[in-house]
Amino acid sequence: MSGTFVGMPAFPEAAREAVHDQTLRGNLRHATHTIRAKRRTAVAEVSDWAELREAGKRIKDHTLRHLDRYLVQLEESVTAAGGTVHWAADAGEANRIVTRLVKETGESEVVKVKSMATQEIGLNEALEEEGIRAYETDLAELIVQLGKDRPSHILVPAIHRNRGEIREIFAREMSEWGRPAPEGLTDTPAELAEAARLHLREKFLRAKVGVSGANFMVAETGTLVVVESEGNGRMCLTLPETLISVVGIEKIVPTWRDLEVFLQTLPRSSTAERMNPYTSTWTGTTDEDGPRNFHLVLLDNGRTDTLADEVGRQALRCIRCSACLNVCPVYERAGGHAYGSVYPGPIGAILSPQLRGTASEIDASLPYASSLCGACYEVCPVAIDIPEVLVHLRERVVQGGQVTREGNKVVLRPAKGHAAERAAMRAARWAFTRPGALRTGQRLASRTRRFHPRTLPGPGRAWTGTRDLPPVPAEPFRDWWHRTHGGKDETK
Amino acid sequence: MSSRERVLGRVRRALADVPRDDTPYERAVARDYLGEHGERTVEQTVDLLAENLADYRAIVHRTDAGGLAGVVAGLLRERGSSSVLVPPGLDEGWLAATGVTRVADRAESTPHELDRVDSVITACAVAIAETGTLVLDGSPDQGRRRITLVPDHHICVVRVPDQVVSSVPQALERLDPARPLTWISGPSATSDIELDRVEGVHGPRTLEVVLVG
Amino acid sequence: MRVALFLTCVNDTLYPDTGRAVVKLLNRLGVEVDFPVAQTCCGQAHYNTGYRYEAEPLARHFSDVFRDYEAIVTPSGSCGAMVRELYPRMGERARAEGRGDTLATALAPVVPKTYELTEFLVDVLGVTDVGAYYPHTVTYHPTCHGLRGLGLGERPLRLLRAVKGLELVELPGAEECCGFGGTFALKNADVSAAMGADKVRNAASTGAEVLCAADNSCLMHIGGTMTRLRTGMRPVHIAQILASTEEEPAA
Repeated sequence: MSGTFVGMPAFPEAAREAVHDQTLRGNLRHATHTIRAKRRTAVAEVSDWAELREAGKRIKDHTLRHLDRYLVQLEESVTAAGGTVHWAADAGEANRIVTRLVKETGESEVVKVKSMATQEIGLNEALEEEGIRAYETDLAELIVQLGKDRPSHILVPAIHRNRGEIREIFAREMSEWGRPAPEGLTDTPAELAEAARLHLREKFLRAKVGVSGANFMVAETGTLVVVESEGNGRMCLTLPETLISVVGIEKIVPTWRDLEVFLQTLPRSSTAERMNPYTSTWTGTTDEDGPRNFHLVLLDNGRTDTLADEVGRQALRCIRCSACLNVCPVYERAGGHAYGSVYPGPIGAILSPQLRGTASEIDASLPYASSLCGACYEVCPVAIDIPEVLVHLRERVVQGGQVTREGNKVVLRPAKGHAAERAAMRAARWAFTRPGALRTGQRLASRTRRFHPRTLPGPGRAWTGTRDLPPVPAEPFRDWWHRTHGGKDETK
Repeated sequence: MSSRERVLGRVRRALADVPRDDTPYERAVARDYLGEHGERTVEQTVDLLAENLADYRAIVHRTDAGGLAGVVAGLLRERGSSSVLVPPGLDEGWLAATGVTRVADRAESTPHELDRVDSVITACAVAIAETGTLVLDGSPDQGRRRITLVPDHHICVVRVPDQVVSSVPQALERLDPARPLTWISGPSATSDIELDRVEGVHGPRTLEVVLVG
Repeated sequence: MRVALFLTCVNDTLYPDTGRAVVKLLNRLGVEVDFPVAQTCCGQAHYNTGYRYEAEPLARHFSDVFRDYEAIVTPSGSCGAMVRELYPRMGERARAEGRGDTLATALAPVVPKTYELTEFLVDVLGVTDVGAYYPHTVTYHPTCHGLRGLGLGERPLRLLRAVKGLELVELPGAEECCGFGGTFALKNADVSAAMGADKVRNAASTGAEVLCAADNSCLMHIGGTMTRLRTGMRPVHIAQILASTEEEPAA
């Protein structure tokens, strides 16, 4: 994944900083609460939401179950429509393919539609190394690129920035990249959008190569779909002579008709709109309309490894709407950067450790970045049971077991750093299967209760640093029951 | 081994645990959702289209065939446009009442040339009432995709009720996936600043829709 | 009707008042309650932290202890959800791992007859007015596993609205998690504490004296935050409110 995230600390450490950043907390709270309420309204407008959600889930599950067949069908239909299909097993290969295709055009700059797949593979950095400049054209991506920042949200990568900060970035950085920001730029969103329009216009009009991802690919027709708002997508998809789309293999749907489900659920879940301002669909190339050359790069990069996990594979249903981020209480407080990946929030916490494996500190910590409150599952338009996958990945971290990495089955050892916890869990299991031992422990706690400290040392400090401990009662319930109800068969 | 074979091989191995299932696709996925939301008369459907277009800040006008040329001329005049892009198959009568310079939609035009045109007028392929969406499919009366993108002012004429459907599923049924499609719901917009919607970014900042019945 | 009280290990050890309240309440409603003393822990903390294999013997033990009762009642949304939602999943996982049906079969009997307390009152006993008296201003926090796992919905609120003397005030952001989340409270203490503080601020903004919930684990976290932030509010389990009467009022 993107080099900008290499060497991230584990989630709790990264989150600690964010939690105490009052500006960030305020920005995230404002943005997520705004969109939460709107999403609820947009979803309530359609009486058949549950049925749409179920259909979306089934379409994706069916596609994944027959993914090889649909990939081959897609390749045939895209090729028949005048496109060229490339296959990339990993990020490095995808970057090499795109770099070669750009170089073949003789150009040294590309305009980009917002795309998670190209962020995931670190395409901009790879192009930069080969002397090709990639201009991000989505407003939030532009803010991130100009601010030399990292994305912190799937839909709105600059969600951690408020209007004042955005104004400052534009005023300071735009001149480095092209047309400077207008004199006297204020922080009203309309003026900031206007500044982006002016800044990017010249780049769109002269662009010869566009790079995009896609929200959907239709196997039967070879059609690609990009869902967007600003029109930067349309610019990149129609003005250049060459279009290169890098798309994860899980983005396939079998039939044209399937779009009727996702074009209803995606806009309402992501921007809380009945329909987003612009959706473009294209099938190969069209004579005298749009790019003359179309290349589709099909990206694996950990997706087939994810597919091999029977619990975790449901994460591949994801349509990147970001409803789960917007509703997540942990994301709201920790911010997107703490997740150490272009995929933050609940979906990121189950996607990154599957795409990248759980070897790094950050990836091993992500499955724990959740209170398992279930709000993400409730809003997911393709019903990904995120808590279920989180717990499953926790098992992988602490218990180890068989996983697939780069197509090969390997057996993971339990992760380091959980030894004390594992011992405690085993001891608790031992006591909890022996009621007598539990009772002895409870009595001991009750008898010594006057000596319990108010704050705990060591790992216990994690609790008492911010919360008081409950007082231990004079006797546990079971002793009261024994006294008043004459306990029998106590040692069963 | 090619990457194609490598990826397909990985997919097949990943699915080794999944029981074989040859149910045809039409029966594999239950579609219990609605074909459209609510029951409406034709007239109500057109009203809903107008309402939803306006809700996303498109400017809606209604007229009949006889009044269309006058309405179009008036819109170009109010806008102060001196030039208008015209797709090759547009009904000439629509521009009968205006003297504004016509610019033809030609393959040779550069994006910079298009950027100097004030307005564009097109028909559409279908309009969706429930979502307030216009779909353009590149037919001769709609032109190349870029002509409705670069100019800042788009006038789109919808023949009502023939071109209006209620829902997204009904629209997809009418559309040909082989054509390049542009779905337009209001002027360009963004939610990228504090997740609040603002209209007007790269696409036309003014979208005027004329419903002709 | 004779039911088993599954009190949960946390309540047994730290909140015996809740257990006494459940017994008192159910007895008052004519239900005979047994407390099988061999009961320990449902295994939720193990399971949710990733130690499914350590949770399995606890689940088997639970089933051994409770399987012969007509109904199993627990004053905990999350432990109730553990049995109802996750025991079947544990059985499925064992099956998928090629370990046969024995775990699924062993756990199956307890799954359908385990009820969270408010569910048992409203759905099984069919009562919403339990004859309680509690002259205090109360705000209700729906805990996540009760709300989204078990789907308790309006049940707790219907019970609270029928309590004499009780003034119920709405909690802003009620459906947001309080930040407890079991071992999450320790592993991600900073985020957990921030969530807790926001929950407590919302609760304090209502002016209520009492924050009520159907799960003492969450109340332990919220209550610990309340005293640390000196709000003057107290956390009270819903069982204690419903058990309170004019003759024997609870604090």
